Amino acid sequence: MASETELTPTSYIQHHLTNLTTNIGEGPFWVLHIDTLVMSVLLGVLSLGAIWMIVRTATSGVPSKKQAFVELLIEFIDDQVKNTFHGDRHSFVAPAALTIFVWVLILNAMDLLPIDIMAAVYENVFGLHNWRSVPTTDVNTTFALALSIWILTIYFGIKVKGIGGWLGELVFSPFGKNPILWPLNLLFNLIEYVSKPLSHSLRLFGNIYAGEIIFLLLGMWAATGAAGAVFGAILGAGWAIFHILIVTLQAFIFMMLTVVYLSMAQESH
Amino acid sequence: MNINFTLVSQAIAFSIFIWFTVKFVWPPLLRAIEDRQKQIADGLAAGERGKKELELASQRSSDTLKAAKQRANEIVIQAEKRAADIIDEAKLAAKEEGKKIIAGAKAEIEHEIFSAREVLRQQVSSLAVQGATKILRREIDSKAHADLLTSLETELK
Repeated sequence: MASETELTPTSYIQHHLTNLTTNIGEGPFWVLHIDTLVMSVLLGVLSLGAIWMIVRTATSGVPSKKQAFVELLIEFIDDQVKNTFHGDRHSFVAPAALTIFVWVLILNAMDLLPIDIMAAVYENVFGLHNWRSVPTTDVNTTFALALSIWILTIYFGIKVKGIGGWLGELVFSPFGKNPILWPLNLLFNLIEYVSKPLSHSLRLFGNIYAGEIIFLLLGMWAATGAAGAVFGAILGAGWAIFHILIVTLQAFIFMMLTVVYLSMAQESH
Repeated sequence: MNINFTLVSQAIAFSIFIWFTVKFVWPPLLRAIEDRQKQIADGLAAGERGKKELELASQRSSDTLKAAKQRANEIVIQAEKRAADIIDEAKLAAKEEGKKIIAGAKAEIEHEIFSAREVLRQQVSSLAVQGATKILRREIDSKAHADLLTSLETELK
């Protein structure tokens, strides 16, 4: 709505779904989404930094309210990890799960900011015409997370089973060691290896992106007149309340899938 | 929806955040939580120990009480026995003493009787002598019969 040009539904949606980009090299790949990067790093630093500030002064005695809150969060995640992952979880998996949960949750939660007000703020205060608040509606973010975890699963798989064991598992499981079954096993495993990061990242991306689109559609409806504004406001509030659940749930699912993939990578079939 | 270098930069940011959490966020709080869990466990164990000790102490105190009661009972019984003994002894001594007193009294009485009898006898003999003297005064010359009278007197004594 901040655009001064002619406002059509298409231009409205396109305006809200356009990243602020900068070219850092030749070709379509060497493009950086400034808004995604700045928002995600800023929010990550804020949320994890806040937790770090609280944790720095943690005592084993009577905890302060802030410490008790962080302890609740950490114990909740530690419980989830403990039930899924068997092994030394404190050295990597549990803190990684905490990072993912907190970061994805706060990135998703940006979806609850009123898009048009935020767009006006970005436009008028910072002079940014295109600026997307929600980094998880950028497929680059979710793929970055999922692919990092995918690489970690392969790393942990090789670390635990050895390169031979890991390659052996690629051709020997899930159907058996009979040489006739090798191509089938390999095909099956390759499909699994491709589908894991795809489903992992696209689930998060799809849910949050769809949520944002619904907000946009309600915003468009609100622009049609008084009745549209009333219904748009009521439904927007309802969708925002429901979206709190989706935001949290998707962050939780993303974290749990990470833990499950990492524990699967370390266990033999 | 276009994949570009943002992915790489996000992956780098993600790695840094994970490293930060693994290094700085997770360990101190985990240590605090584990310390507290240990403290709570220790406290519970101490409480359990205290309860057991209390049980033992109450057991001991009731034992001591029982022993003391028994001892007191024994002392009372002994004291009663001793009292009875003392009474018996006293009775015996009293009886002895009474007997002694009675014997003394009897001896005194004998003595009294004896001396009374003596006095009486003297009196009777003097009376008899007087009577005889009076009777004989007329008939006997006291000079002539003096030796007779003296001998009679000594005999009567």
